[in-house]
Amino acid sequence: MQKVVLLGDEAIAQGAIDGGVSGFYAYPGTPSTEIMEYAQSSKEAASKGIHRIWSANEKTAVEAAIGMSYAGKRAMTQMKHVGLNVAADAFVNASITGVNGGLIVVAADDPSMHSSQNEQDSRFYGDFTMIPMLEPCDQQEAYDMAYNGFELSEKFNVPVMMRLTTRLAHSRSGVERKPQKPELKGSLPQDPRQFVLLPAIARRNYKKLLGNLDSIQESANNSPYNKYIDGADKSLGIVACGIAFNYLMENYAGQCPFPVVKVSQYPVPRNHIEKLRSECKAILVLEDGYPLVERMLKGFFGAGIPIMGRLDGSLPRDGELNPNNVAAALGLRIVEGADVPEIVRNRPPSLCPGCGHRDMYNALNEALVEYGTGRVFSDIGCYTLGALPPFNAINSCVDMGASITMAVGASDAGLIPAVAVIGDSTFTHSGMTGLLDAVIKNSPIVVVISDNSTTGMTGGQDSHGVGRIVEICRGLGVDEKHLRVVNPLRKNHEENLAIFKEELAYQGLSVIIPQRECIQTAARRKRAASKE
Amino acid sequence: MKTDIILAGVGGQGILTIAAIIGVAAVNKNMYLKQSEVHGMSQRGGDVQSHLRISDSPVHSDLIPRGHADIILSVEPMEALRYLPFLKPDGYVITNLVPFNNIVDYPEETRLNEKIDALPRKVAINADEIAKEAGSARASNIVMLGAASRFLNLSTEDLEFGIKSLFGRKGEEIVVMNIKALHAGIEAAEKQM
Repeated sequence: MQKVVLLGDEAIAQGAIDGGVSGFYAYPGTPSTEIMEYAQSSKEAASKGIHRIWSANEKTAVEAAIGMSYAGKRAMTQMKHVGLNVAADAFVNASITGVNGGLIVVAADDPSMHSSQNEQDSRFYGDFTMIPMLEPCDQQEAYDMAYNGFELSEKFNVPVMMRLTTRLAHSRSGVERKPQKPELKGSLPQDPRQFVLLPAIARRNYKKLLGNLDSIQESANNSPYNKYIDGADKSLGIVACGIAFNYLMENYAGQCPFPVVKVSQYPVPRNHIEKLRSECKAILVLEDGYPLVERMLKGFFGAGIPIMGRLDGSLPRDGELNPNNVAAALGLRIVEGADVPEIVRNRPPSLCPGCGHRDMYNALNEALVEYGTGRVFSDIGCYTLGALPPFNAINSCVDMGASITMAVGASDAGLIPAVAVIGDSTFTHSGMTGLLDAVIKNSPIVVVISDNSTTGMTGGQDSHGVGRIVEICRGLGVDEKHLRVVNPLRKNHEENLAIFKEELAYQGLSVIIPQRECIQTAARRKRAASKE
Repeated sequence: MKTDIILAGVGGQGILTIAAIIGVAAVNKNMYLKQSEVHGMSQRGGDVQSHLRISDSPVHSDLIPRGHADIILSVEPMEALRYLPFLKPDGYVITNLVPFNNIVDYPEETRLNEKIDALPRKVAINADEIAKEAGSARASNIVMLGAASRFLNLSTEDLEFGIKSLFGRKGEEIVVMNIKALHAGIEAAEKQM
């Protein structure tokens, strides 16, 4: 069968489509975005009527996926690692409700923080919810795991988590597809109260989950994704998780002299690990992300054979693995290239020429001169680039929606006026509830909803806020007199500046909405229109 | 036979298009392929790179180890230099000489050219000018693909197949123009070898 060349993300989407999924639920976030984008552009998914519309945020996405599972169909929900924090309430409780139709939760981690504010390791979520967890080492496994993951979920009556990292999410390779499975027809859960987590039922469900752990462990021990690969040199045994397996094999051209346990399904396969311990003098753990398995093998007292990895300095404590740092941990000689010439300068990302956020920051910065710096709380999106020169305009970027609520807290502490800068998509993701807090207290803050009518940073996905931002603010109770819509264009600078100044001087809640479509999205829309 | 290629440039300069053409051409010949890309934040005018590995045997790592790339193919001169740690000692740098200057401290062009000149194995061309002469200023990335073609272990026909597959939907005119740019790049590189 001819292979198709797919990104790791795309392989997951295709695997789910071929595996009988009925709905994808997600909010855009690097490096997970391309799973949904692939599903949205798939003709097969369209012809089957598979659900593939973006959700308002990761929590609503996971909840909708649980709902589809309840109704007896297979669902996939996918997000970046920090998105799983947003969805954690729903996700953790789904391990207690269990599933009806198979449910796969995909978390795409970003070690080295290429496009993220931390490098948290989602495997910890999988570990403490005690559900089966899959970590593909390559695109084919990504496909296979999505294809087979729904049955695994249905077999153990729990969600299955899939964890991958940026490198695999955004790397292409040939993938062999399998025959398409039909979607489930839909059916109610056999126990009508399975999803009712009243304490009495939750306690019963939890005991059921605990009672399942031995079988879940057994499934990992016998998983086709986990392997014990023998080697003649027993001075060292290696545990290689997910994509780390490839970096190991790269260094030995596929012929590792040491015994290796390849881990791609968790819980960690106890049978293989015990064999490794009994045969080898020391163990090196290769895992992208946090030292989860290393810590597990080491234990509290560090008794037993030496365990090496990120904790003992064999590998760097932070940042992603690569063929070179894995080679160093194995004591292999490294051929290095030339140094980067000192003439080379950093080239940080920047706001596009002509972007409306630029005009917004020009007005805001000028209006704030009389109050002094240090009072602008921002959020997550293209406008976060306002932190960099030439704007140097913002003082925070913490999590989705935090701009408004941090401004509220800072104004409570006497920092008046405080300013929040948030985009339209982030506002509908997690900003609306914070704005309600500000309305209730009439906080002396200026909330700038820089509305470019798209989800810009991740590549221009649909934003739930398009055409609705003003109505939402009105509905939440923002005073009409201090709800100002402006057009962020250079020619309007003086007029906009005056509005920013007026609202900064007001001792209550103001919302200013600079509204102009993202130039990238607008260009794409025009190109698409001219084709038709 | 394995070819490790670092593709370099600035977000929006079309290096992923180059990667896609090589990828389609390689897979069409039943070769193995791994191609790691940068998505997300850096695409907003930041530096971007792609690790592209094609081989007649399975490829393990999605990333090329430092000191192992056969070529650096860059559509921008300063970006070509950024990835020198990845180039193997006898590897080639194939770069466009036209700077993409979107930062305040971009190096002086004469100093930058000196650094490029000093590289022991290189092909350095003005791809923007060549693309314009070939009929489309926007095809400078395809000119660079042409300039690198002799190092790819793929024939001109293979690459033409890649271009046809990728641009076919956009119409015959676009395909012809890009194939012209490919050949212009091949010729420009031949003059330097």
